[in-house]
Parts: sequence; structure tokens; C-alpha cells
Amino acid sequence: MGVGALSVWEQSSTARVMAPARPRKLAKVPFVELADGRLQGVVSSGSDIGRVYVSSVAARTYAFACSTNNNRPCGGARGMFCKHIQALVGEAVLQYGAERVARYLAVEPPDGEPDAQSVTAAMAATRPEKGDSSAAAQVFSRFLRHLAYLELAPVTAPLPEMQWFPPTRAVA
Amino acid sequence: MRADLLSDPVEGLDEALAAVETFDQALVSGLLRPGAAQAAAVAGLAESVAGTPLAVRVAEAAERAAAGAAGEDHFVALAAARGALLGSVHDALTLRIDEAVGRPAPEEKPGPATAGPEHGTNLLAAARTWLCDLARSGWRGIDHELVAGAAPVVSAMLPEPVLRRRATLLDGFAAELAASCPGATLERVPVRRWADLWSRALLLTVPGSAGERPDGSVTGRLLPLGVDVQEHATAVQAQVHAVFEPADGGAPRLVRAGVSAPKPDTVVGAGLWQLLRPRMSLLGAVSEGRSMELADMPVTAEGDLVWDDERARAGEPADPFATARVRLSAAAAFRVAPLDRHPVRIAVPVLLEGYAAHSEEGRLAFDLAGQRLAVDTDRIPAAGPLTPEAVAASHSCVGLLRWDAGEFLLQPLAVETTVRKKTVAVHAGAWAGGTSDKAGLRAEKAATDAVAVLRERAGRLLRK
Repeated sequence: MGVGALSVWEQSSTARVMAPARPRKLAKVPFVELADGRLQGVVSSGSDIGRVYVSSVAARTYAFACSTNNNRPCGGARGMFCKHIQALVGEAVLQYGAERVARYLAVEPPDGEPDAQSVTAAMAATRPEKGDSSAAAQVFSRFLRHLAYLELAPVTAPLPEMQWFPPTRAVA
Repeated sequence: MRADLLSDPVEGLDEALAAVETFDQALVSGLLRPGAAQAAAVAGLAESVAGTPLAVRVAEAAERAAAGAAGEDHFVALAAARGALLGSVHDALTLRIDEAVGRPAPEEKPGPATAGPEHGTNLLAAARTWLCDLARSGWRGIDHELVAGAAPVVSAMLPEPVLRRRATLLDGFAAELAASCPGATLERVPVRRWADLWSRALLLTVPGSAGERPDGSVTGRLLPLGVDVQEHATAVQAQVHAVFEPADGGAPRLVRAGVSAPKPDTVVGAGLWQLLRPRMSLLGAVSEGRSMELADMPVTAEGDLVWDDERARAGEPADPFATARVRLSAAAAFRVAPLDRHPVRIAVPVLLEGYAAHSEEGRLAFDLAGQRLAVDTDRIPAAGPLTPEAVAASHSCVGLLRWDAGEFLLQPLAVETTVRKKTVAVHAGAWAGGTSDKAGLRAEKAATDAVAVLRERAGRLLRK
């Protein structure tokens, strides 16, 4: 019954565009997302339970930033990616799959098949600049937005538009 | 079921879909500086509704859009024309399904009149502005900055229960667009899907368009058939399809009862049930294989129960296959409200028996007396015990008949298989009310842990 030049996927109202996030343990990196043109998130300190780092890497330029919740710059993120940013890339790859992370950041690992290590190495090899630390405030507000989803009550009024969002058994 | 009717051509379908498809392709490159092909596409859309009450407004909108000068009302008119075409496709397919399943056709009754001014009209206006900017840039023109424009609108809408429906749609749509930025380097574009989501969201920015208020209430027995799950990164909805028997002895009806919740994208799989379970006791009844007794439960004109635990109590055990065999053929559906009609809304409960399951190019299909019906196994939620393998090995199936991309599809809700000469039923929604399954328990615990970690970490950040 196809009518034109479009493929079945292009004609489908329920075409799957994104694979759902894969479950991962959140203790080390409670929040990671691809948004605002950055890979960004919140990383727990390895030594101090009370400290978290707000870390980000920009798409294309790979400009990076990392600071604590008290707004102190991360000591490890002076001339290169610190361990928090490395952890961020690792968890993003777990959650979204390496391909989506590489595409979002516009990274092309030399060997073609991206994984956390090759994506990180390919970005580091371009000797990225330290980015503007003002990103931290935005990442923080995105994290709050993310947490706000936990506080919203379920409703029983029908949401007919959810018919456009069937589940999929595929994973990222 | 007369599966042969499902493979017969439906008159006028190809023409309607061709007009939709041409318009949808115009949205790929956007309407900011329309070329000849796009001008022809919007003109074609206008022509296809020339015999309807929309004619004048859509013709004007098409003219302005072809000149690259469409304003917000013009985009709304184009979305309405597209919606009308797909509404007609929905109606033609629904009539065909009525014939094929041979159930009593529902009576056409006008829905409740929509109210006037609505809460949050400024947010609806903001959403509309964003959607019109999208139409101008086209899917190939989207970038992070443009897509991020939806975030403040969604954040402001989500806490308002009356705007939840719009917020959930915009949120899911924007997340997909964000994951696809920049549009210029996309390998392929989900042409129909994004045009669907765009036009649906745009129509819902018209105040009074989301008329899902209850239209009455019902008292009687609810016999569940199965659970359909829908989810995007930050929302989940579970809909229980059921046969309702009125206490006054009236004819049985097909109804749905749904519960939905926003969620962080890291809460997935079986963890979703614990978000929904506390709000709807029906999920527990489904897992236990029970009916429920309803007293004055609100219901919409489309047959959606607006669930309230206070108005329901657990009833006698009821096997969904027994319900499907004995009650389903006499149960009439409700009609979908005109504004909501779209092929994606088609989800008709059916019972299939005596088929032969076979795989073609990795896709499962049921052979029903020589007629092939494709089975959409990807739609079986991972958060349950039903698997594509169980469906392939089954001999009876309760499912939802759907239509997408030019063909009818079966979404399995439950199957019966024969194991050591005994019939065993497997239900997609079996974990809805709780599970003792090891994999299910593990997934639920992971989700509980995820939520606890998020709250604790947030506390550290928020303390100062």
C-alpha cells in the first residue's frame, strides 16, 4: 500500500528514533545527558561523599569544564580531561551507546568503531581548550530539571499521544 | 476474524496518504524559503480538503506558506488539514476492522462540547511559537539552540495536571529532535512520524483542543484483557484494555483504563511499574488475574476510564482468555473523538486462534487461513515475561490490531502455548502489579536504587 518514494521506516508513525537508555548504576555518575550542545553531567567525588563535580564537554570543540558543587575548579582539569570527565564519557556510552555519544559530540574515532576509550582519546588528541566555567550553572539547572521528574505525580487522565511512543526491545 | 478483509485495498487510502506524504516531505527542508516542490506540496494539501469546511482557511494558509510568509494561524490550518486527511484514513481503516472482526459497530455520539478559555493559554502560545519555528527550519535545519526552546515550555507545563497531555507530547518530541541534532547530518529523517508529532502538538495548542474530561460514569464489572505499555525517555503510560459489563444489564463495552507518570530517563524497564502501581489498583488485579467491580467510575466519550481507586474493588478471578472467548465478540467499542482520529490510535482488541506462526526475514507473522498478519513483537515491553519466542510458539493470542506504514499489525498482549500437553498463558502485563520473577525483581530493585541515589546526590547539591 506504499504510495511514494518513502521507505517503510520513513512512512511509519511509530518509527523508533532513539533506543531507550540502558540501565546503569548511578552512584558514580548520577546524571549524564546530551543536551545544549554538550555532554554534561554530575559526577560523585571518589574521596568525599559530600562532594560532587559538575562536568561538561562541548560538541565539536570539545571545550571542557569541571568544578565542584561549591564552585571550586577541579584540580585535575587544568590542561586536559580530568577523571571526572573520563567517567562522564564512560557512563554516557553505557547509557546512550557509543555511537550516539560520538555522533552528538561530532567525534570520529580513527578506527571507526567508537567506544568510551576511543571517543575520549580522539577528543583529547585535538588538545581541547578549557571551556567557560559558566556551563556549570546550566548543567546544575538541567540536573534539577531532571530530578523534578521524580516529584511529579502519576495521573489517570488518558494521554492519547503516547500511542506515538511504543516501547522497543532494542537497547542503545 | 476475517483476515482476508484486512488485505483488501481500502478505497481512497492511497490518495489521502499521497497528499499527506507530499506535505510531510515539505517539512523536511522547512517552509522558511519554500521551493517549487514545497509550494506544490502545500497547494496539494489545500486541494485535498477543498470540499470540506476547512477549504477557505487552508487555501489561504497554503498560499502564504508557498510564499514563505506563513504565520502561526496558517501553520495551524495546515496541521488541521493534514489531521483531517489522516482522520479520514483512520475512519476508513476502522470501518474495515469492524467488518473483519464482526463486532457490533459503536454508535456515533457527539462528544461533550469543549469549554471556552483554558488554563495556561500563555504556555500554549509559547509552544505554538516553537512549533512554527520548527516548521520554518525543517527537520534538516534543526540545531541545539532551536530544539532547546521547548525545554522551558515543557518544564512549566509538566506540573499542571491539565497540561500534562501537551507537556508529555512536547517533551518526547523535543527529546527525539535533540538526539537527532544537527538535522543537516542526519542519515535519514522519520518523515511521517515527525510531521505527525508536529501537527498533533500544534493542534493541541488551540485552547479547548484536549477535551478529555469525563463524560459520565459507569457501574459494573471490569474484565481485563491485557496491558499496553507506551514510553519515551521521560514518560510512561500503561493502558489496560478490558471488557466492561454494566451492572444494569446493558450491552458490554470495550474500555481502557490508563495511568501515566513522568520519569527520569534512567528509570527504565521493570522499574516503570513501581511508578504507576500506587496510582491504579487495577494493575494489581491484572497481575492476579482478577476482575474489578466499579461504582460510578468516570469515563470519557472515547471509552477511557479516568481511574479512581476509591471507586473500584477487587472482584472474582477472571482469565483474560476466557473473557476474550466469551465476551469479546459482543463488546462494542467507543468511537475516537474526531480531533483525535489518526491511524496510530487504532488498537482493537482481538482474539486469534488456530494460526500458524512463521518468520519471514526476521519478522514474525501469523498465517490465518491463508492470510498473513504481521506481528509487531518489538512492541512487547521488556518489563514482562512475554517474549517474541513465546509468541512464535503460541496457538492462541489476545492482542491489539493496529495499522502502521501501510499494513495491519498484531501487537500481542498475551499468548497461550502448550507445554507438556498443558496450556500455559503468558501475559505481557503480568508484572504490572508485582512479580516474583527473578529478572523482574532485579530490575525493580535497580530502579529503586536509581531513584534513591538521585535523591541523595541531589540533597548534596541542594544543601548549600
